[in-house]
Amino acid sequence: MGEIFGVPTQVLFGQLLIGLINGSFYAMLSLGLAVIFGLLNIINFTHGAQYMMGAFAAYFLLNKLGLNYWWSLALAPIAVGATGVVVERLMLSRLYKLDHLYGLLLTFGLALVIQGVFRNEFGSTGLPYPMPSQLAGAKNLGFMFLPNYRAWVIVASLLVCTATWFVIERTKLGAYLRAATENPAMVQAFGVNVPRMITLTYGFGVALAGFAGVMAAPIYQVNPLMGADIIIVVFAVVVIGGMGSIMGAILTGFGLGVVEGLTKVFYPEATNTVIFVIMGIVLLIRPQGLFGSR
Amino acid sequence: MAEVLRLEHVHAWYGESHILHGVNLTVNRGEVVTLLGRNGSGRTTTLKAIMGLTGRRSGSIVVDGKETVAWPTHRIAHLGLGYCPEERAIFSSLSVEENLLLPPRVGEGGMSVDEIYEMFPNLRERRRTAQGTKLSGGEQQMLAMARILRTGAHLLLLDEITEGLAPVIVQALGRVIVSLKARGFTIVLVEQNFRFAAPLADRFYVMEHGKIAETFSAPELESKTQMLHEYLGV
Repeated sequence: MGEIFGVPTQVLFGQLLIGLINGSFYAMLSLGLAVIFGLLNIINFTHGAQYMMGAFAAYFLLNKLGLNYWWSLALAPIAVGATGVVVERLMLSRLYKLDHLYGLLLTFGLALVIQGVFRNEFGSTGLPYPMPSQLAGAKNLGFMFLPNYRAWVIVASLLVCTATWFVIERTKLGAYLRAATENPAMVQAFGVNVPRMITLTYGFGVALAGFAGVMAAPIYQVNPLMGADIIIVVFAVVVIGGMGSIMGAILTGFGLGVVEGLTKVFYPEATNTVIFVIMGIVLLIRPQGLFGSR
Repeated sequence: MAEVLRLEHVHAWYGESHILHGVNLTVNRGEVVTLLGRNGSGRTTTLKAIMGLTGRRSGSIVVDGKETVAWPTHRIAHLGLGYCPEERAIFSSLSVEENLLLPPRVGEGGMSVDEIYEMFPNLRERRRTAQGTKLSGGEQQMLAMARILRTGAHLLLLDEITEGLAPVIVQALGRVIVSLKARGFTIVLVEQNFRFAAPLADRFYVMEHGKIAETFSAPELESKTQMLHEYLGV
């Protein structure tokens, strides 16, 4: 077995894979946050809870309705996104004219309530969710074994992120979104129903979190606190990428996942802090983030 | 002439600030009507009130026979209104061409992109520019006007389109207004530059303290010079 920098290749590539998988979740979640922040100017602290709701939706669909993983991948994001639409219409829409802080406090409080309800009902030990049989097993790549499901997570995340980027940057709908981010009143004066677009955008961002939750269910367990664990890192990713930057969220998500994985190989003590150290450095040197504009 | 726009006793507020104090005016199809007045007299707010872009509004705003005072902005626009704001509102995250093609259709007809490029040749040359805000002030103004001509809007609300522009650009915009009038557009023009507005308008409204202080038609212009001097200091 070969070595790179004194590290067995199997270990190195294994950690790189874990980094890419973590990066896939960082990218999907930070993408949703970036889309929401871009148009709504809301720092959506409920995002982690909505990711957890996606995983629980998959769990319920399987155990209550007998619908498998693939059905969940389609239905859970819609269900979680629909709850986002309700939250936006009933609560967030009242805060747009107020300081960012109010949105942050509301979504943070909402996250605590949602997590509390789920923890009260299901405890915090986690519930198992089976891997889809079609994606069981692994492939021997020669230098490492690649579990099929983990490869699928990376591919699906790349597809979702690329499709979202394409819609926002290359389509008319995306042009409306980008324009409304700058000047919603003017876009509305052109005849575009901006309030409805804002509601649907929030619903879409939340649906992305729900989608990531379904993807996560077979890897991590379905746990009421799974969102709370990841959301702080995801916010660091968004800050490093640049608040509201779509491409920044995607590239930084994958990139930092890999950095985290490599840190685990070369300096394991720093694994949990490396992203925050990078965030500190970026904030000092380029406060608008790597891909953000002033 | 058919009436396109009627404002009756229109009041408008920004938060607690009461800006319009009972504006009454009418605009007929195919007319160019100019709102004159000093800064702060309520001309821009009148255009914003028509579009539903102020805070609270009261009174009556009828567009093509439809009462719109309680309507949301996007619904008002679909009656065939095109709004060109004072600050131009070119989107920096959109290219020149994306800015031009952004507004959706709000009425039948509308100029083709080729016709627009013929009217504003600079925009054809600069259409690949990555950021709309990289254009010069004059080009941005042309873009702000051009993008509403594509949409089929028949009633154009143009706010201070000559502000801060070089004389040669102002002359070009004057020719554009004449051309638009010939094509049958109805135009409400808010202007500080009286010399620009005088030869273009069919009728004038002079605003002061958030209401209409005087109104007169183009043939009366010469006899109103002294009055305008008092209101506008021109």
